[in-house]
Amino acid sequence: MLTRIFAIAKKEIRQLKRDKRMLYVLFIWPFILLILFGYAINFDVHHIKTVVYDLDKSEDSRYFINMLTSSNYFDVVGYIDSEKKINEVIDANIARIVIVFPEDFSKNIHSNRQAKIQILISAIDANTASIVSSYINAATATFSFKIVEEALAVKGGSPYIPVNLSPRFWFNPDLNSTLFLIPGLISMILIMTAVISIAMSIVREKEKGSIEQINVSPISSIELLIGKTMPYSVLSLIIASTILLACYILFGATIKGSILLLFVSTFIFLFASLNLGILISSISDSQQVAFQLSALITILPSFLLSGFVFPIESMPPAIQILTNITPVKFYIVILRDIMLKGVGIEAFWPQLIYLLIFSFFFLTVASIINRKNKVD
Amino acid sequence: MKTILNIIIKEFLQLKRDPKLFSIIFVAPAIQLILLGYAANLDIFNISTAVYDMDKSVTSRSFIEKFESSGYFSIKYYVDSYNRITELIDNGDVLWTLVIPNDFEKKLKRGEQVSVQALFDGSDGNKTSITLGYVTSIVSSYSSNILLQKSTMLNAKQPFGTVSPELRFWYNPNLKTRFFMLPGIVGLILTIITTTLMAMGIVKEREIGTLEQIIVSPIKPYQLIIGKTLPFVLLGFMDVLIVTAVMVYWFGISIKGDFFFLMIASLIYVLSSIGLGLFISTISKTQQQAMMVATFGVLLPMNFLSGFAFPIENMPGWIQPITYLIPLRYYITIIRGVILKGDGFTQLIPEISVLLAAGIVILIFSSLRFRKRLS
Repeated sequence: MLTRIFAIAKKEIRQLKRDKRMLYVLFIWPFILLILFGYAINFDVHHIKTVVYDLDKSEDSRYFINMLTSSNYFDVVGYIDSEKKINEVIDANIARIVIVFPEDFSKNIHSNRQAKIQILISAIDANTASIVSSYINAATATFSFKIVEEALAVKGGSPYIPVNLSPRFWFNPDLNSTLFLIPGLISMILIMTAVISIAMSIVREKEKGSIEQINVSPISSIELLIGKTMPYSVLSLIIASTILLACYILFGATIKGSILLLFVSTFIFLFASLNLGILISSISDSQQVAFQLSALITILPSFLLSGFVFPIESMPPAIQILTNITPVKFYIVILRDIMLKGVGIEAFWPQLIYLLIFSFFFLTVASIINRKNKVD
Repeated sequence: MKTILNIIIKEFLQLKRDPKLFSIIFVAPAIQLILLGYAANLDIFNISTAVYDMDKSVTSRSFIEKFESSGYFSIKYYVDSYNRITELIDNGDVLWTLVIPNDFEKKLKRGEQVSVQALFDGSDGNKTSITLGYVTSIVSSYSSNILLQKSTMLNAKQPFGTVSPELRFWYNPNLKTRFFMLPGIVGLILTIITTTLMAMGIVKEREIGTLEQIIVSPIKPYQLIIGKTLPFVLLGFMDVLIVTAVMVYWFGISIKGDFFFLMIASLIYVLSSIGLGLFISTISKTQQQAMMVATFGVLLPMNFLSGFAFPIENMPGWIQPITYLIPLRYYITIIRGVILKGDGFTQLIPEISVLLAAGIVILIFSSLRFRKRLS
């Protein structure tokens, strides 16, 4: 049995070696993408383009604007002097927000009334808009606070902050979103490489008819599958290690937890992905179908359903259940746990078990379909 | 003309023979859009929270109440040790823990400053910053209330003025991420279908040798190119219709702008994505290569660099120019503009022109390469 498996594996390696261009794509592209995406993807919001419509033109309004711009969250890109222009600057994307100080802004503050600042936010990108609004809320709270404090001092009370908040951030003190997104990026690149390469390699044999030769030979389908997946597992594992190394060099993403555990989990994840590829190959008759299926099953779901970018707990319950279809969901948790948190297997053993269940489920379904195909 | 028509008919017949491919082209995009439309949501609420209340006083309970009633937090655990906090945060059970010291009530009554701790799982920087914003505003409004009460006691006159923001959100008043994401997903699905189908369709023929047969036949290269690309343009366009229908009728996102204009823009976009597919087919020998190039060279960059999920203006300066090379970037700006803002031709002239120019350039360049490879 072993010799037959090795024979198949050897044949596969020979074929892979012959296809230099393919190897090049498999090794170089993930790197280039990692570099590009690692820098490109982040949700950190800085330098929000701001336009000011100041009807008050008082010291208070100027003070507020100074306070906003001194953090580098807001950049004032212009001032306007009519209500009509508000529409224009937001429509034309000149500003993401417009701050309007009403005429009585300063007067209200000094005559003990509540002063309002109008903030108009372009909310097409709702995520950025809610970050912006939380900055604004914090800024007005600080501003009010200063007024209350000063007034209190005038009246003879001692100025102080009653409740002081001291936040501490574990695992990622700078709240850098890149660090959080890198595990997702790694899993996406890995699953796509693994699923697509194995599915295509099997379907190609089907298309060329060489699968019939294998079918009449004494090789069992399990032997065939193991033989086929072995070279790709090794290949994907090498790609995984180089990606991890690159993450460390480029983004300083260190591995806080156990490297051994990381490799074991990565191997299990790859095993699940390869089995998914095998399943796809068993239901596709042409490489075109295999690819479309792989693309539809791996790219968008692992991007959108895995918790890579969008928090799973914000999804409707039915979709939350559905997120379990992608192995990426579980692998991302493991990666984040090991890389960012540095916690041990006690935190993520359920995920490992899920991945194993996935593997055997995919493999079983695939071999049932394969056997049926053989009989037909 | 007749030759072109014949090629087109042959192409459709072939598609009909592959029912699996056929259903992928027409059913998958609709299903995907529905599922992903629900999933693509960055709205943050029900933030899982733990509270470590060492004070257990009336004041601390009313302080905690402020968090509960804000609607952002769901307090899942009340804990009584730091070890338990570590455990909860390590396992990802809560995003943050509020720690109230045992002298909370006492210090506030004496008019001293009291520190409350907020311990966050910072691994998701985005979620944590938004949460921090919520926490900060609740705490500072609690603080200024205390000061206000104090000042009323000091001086029986009215309290002094405070400033409050009046936030108004345009285009998407409920801050639903879905409105922003759906048009993007439409563009992405369209690209996956058209670019890869085109590329693989041609490479497949080359692999099985039917392309050679055509070369020795009297068909002219330009007829072949038109005959091969038109069916995919049609398919892509039909996908646009399907996916737009799902967006409008399933999700109830109405198109504020001109539908006709949106369709023209989509057609222009399909030109460039078909062109990319043709280009991939000219640099790939096997279908495997074609799809590797399509995935890594086209689909993934589009996913990440088109502004579909990650705002381009947040990217570092050297990456932003690269995004100009991605046709999907312009298409996404156009569909978001038309659907959400009601933009028309005048507002979108730059995007439409770039897209049209890019489409023509890509298509001509790829056709030339394709012709060269044929001869």
